[in-house]
Amino acid sequence: MSPFLQVTDVTKRYDDVTVIDDVSLEVERGETVVLLGPSGAGKSTLLRCMNMLERIDRGRIVLDGEELGWKPRKGVMRELSGRAEARQRQDIGMVFQSFNLFSHLTVLQNVIEAPVGVLKRPKAEAIAEAHDLLRQVGLDHKADAYPAQLSGGQQQRVAIARALAMHPKLMLFDEPTSALDPELVSEVLDVIKGLATTGMTLVIVTHEIGFAREVCDRFVFMEDGRIVETGASDRLTVDGATSPRTRNFLSRVL
Amino acid sequence: MRWVVAALLVLLLLGWLQGLAFNQALDWPTIGQYFLNYDVLAGLGRTLLITAVSIVVAVVLGALLATMRLSDNPVLRGLAWLYVWFFRSIPLLVLLVLTFNLSLLWPTIDIGIPYGPVFVSVNTQELINPMVAAIVTFSLQQAAYTSEVLRASIQSVPAGQREAAVALGMTRTRTMMKIVFPQAFRVALPPIANDTINLLKSTSLVAFIAVPDLMYSVQQIYSSNFRIVPLLIVATLWYMIVVSILSVGQYFIERALRSSPSRVGRRTIEADPVLPDSATPDDIAAERTADAGTTPKENRA
Repeated sequence: MSPFLQVTDVTKRYDDVTVIDDVSLEVERGETVVLLGPSGAGKSTLLRCMNMLERIDRGRIVLDGEELGWKPRKGVMRELSGRAEARQRQDIGMVFQSFNLFSHLTVLQNVIEAPVGVLKRPKAEAIAEAHDLLRQVGLDHKADAYPAQLSGGQQQRVAIARALAMHPKLMLFDEPTSALDPELVSEVLDVIKGLATTGMTLVIVTHEIGFAREVCDRFVFMEDGRIVETGASDRLTVDGATSPRTRNFLSRVL
Repeated sequence: MRWVVAALLVLLLLGWLQGLAFNQALDWPTIGQYFLNYDVLAGLGRTLLITAVSIVVAVVLGALLATMRLSDNPVLRGLAWLYVWFFRSIPLLVLLVLTFNLSLLWPTIDIGIPYGPVFVSVNTQELINPMVAAIVTFSLQQAAYTSEVLRASIQSVPAGQREAAVALGMTRTRTMMKIVFPQAFRVALPPIANDTINLLKSTSLVAFIAVPDLMYSVQQIYSSNFRIVPLLIVATLWYMIVVSILSVGQYFIERALRSSPSRVGRRTIEADPVLPDSATPDDIAAERTADAGTTPKENRA
């Protein structure tokens, strides 16, 4: 059986700069994979390719047997329409570094907007589920607040609930704690750790090595748009890593 | 020193107002007589109608043009640019008279496929009466300006808002309608209100093509009774009253938008009152540290 998420020979260029260079990666269902590496390594770009926020120039990404952005028709691969692309994105939750909660909507409205508007779920059902999700992230009492009234950590937890409300197959986290004050980081990491134990498939870009070691099944170390090394979480130490470049990086951040 | 200057200015103003009030040429009784005159009120009605229809068409057409201008399609972008360039280049009065005389350029207006069949053919002279010419002119020109306001407002919505919507599986249309436009309109509202006030006063130009608006109505009256200044004061007072009402409306709409906190820091953050029953000890601990640690930062933001 082919893996749940399969990234094959993906290359991404901005003009002449190659930000992702022939990267292949497999993620199993229910697995938590952490992408590590110095800034500019292409981690975030790779993550954004996984839900088509960035177009890839070469290679293919297959999620649960379905190629992202392309479809075979009469033996030829054809690009998907915007609508079909949007349909594929419904299965992929994304959490951004800068939260990106819809600032004109309340917390509850943020969570139900897509389930009601895109998945056409009954509103009452979506509201009930939204309250459940907000309770899970400890913020049900903020359901009627606006994003501007919340701390960064609270906003990020709402963003996680909003992504989960779509019942995604895969959750992507793009440096979820990088924009937070240090004392707010743990409340968000705790929610992600909880999520990892539920069997959800997670791909996380982070700079929190301690958290990475605790939460992930496998880590992927990237540099200059290439994968340098992948390994089990217990090898995520200066002594455990195989590649000298990974060791060098870890020795600077640990 | 400040008080002396202030007192002097107030004195000057009072003196001028007194001179104005007792100026015989002003002829207050005539002003009173014509203030609620039927023709004047009917003219005011037409002025308001032209303004209201034009601003509504301008916002709808402007939103369409702004979306075209920001689209990936170079043809749509080019057409929107051409539209804005064309209507901003022509003086309002010239455009107004030109539209009124459109039948000289095109005796009939045909709706159909170019080089193909014609479905409907209308006589231009019958279609473009002065009122239609006025509404068409003001709508089309205002749309050019409003589209620029809306384009800037749409661009002021952070890209992350659009990305988050797209990542949730929303289509581009839905993202625009539900996420981008509602936020952009908040930004666009003050300049659009400003434009509405400007438009209202500009409609007095329709007197040139004999639309019996407020200005043309008082002109008709003073050309027969020669009480030029009192009747111009009647028109002035009505324009001032309508502009004042619009300004008050603008104030209240802006205040209402401000109190729904779409922007960071417009309301102070209240402390967590009660924790949810279902919160785990971890949640509570996290909540406590979070709220204790961040209140000052949020106020700053």
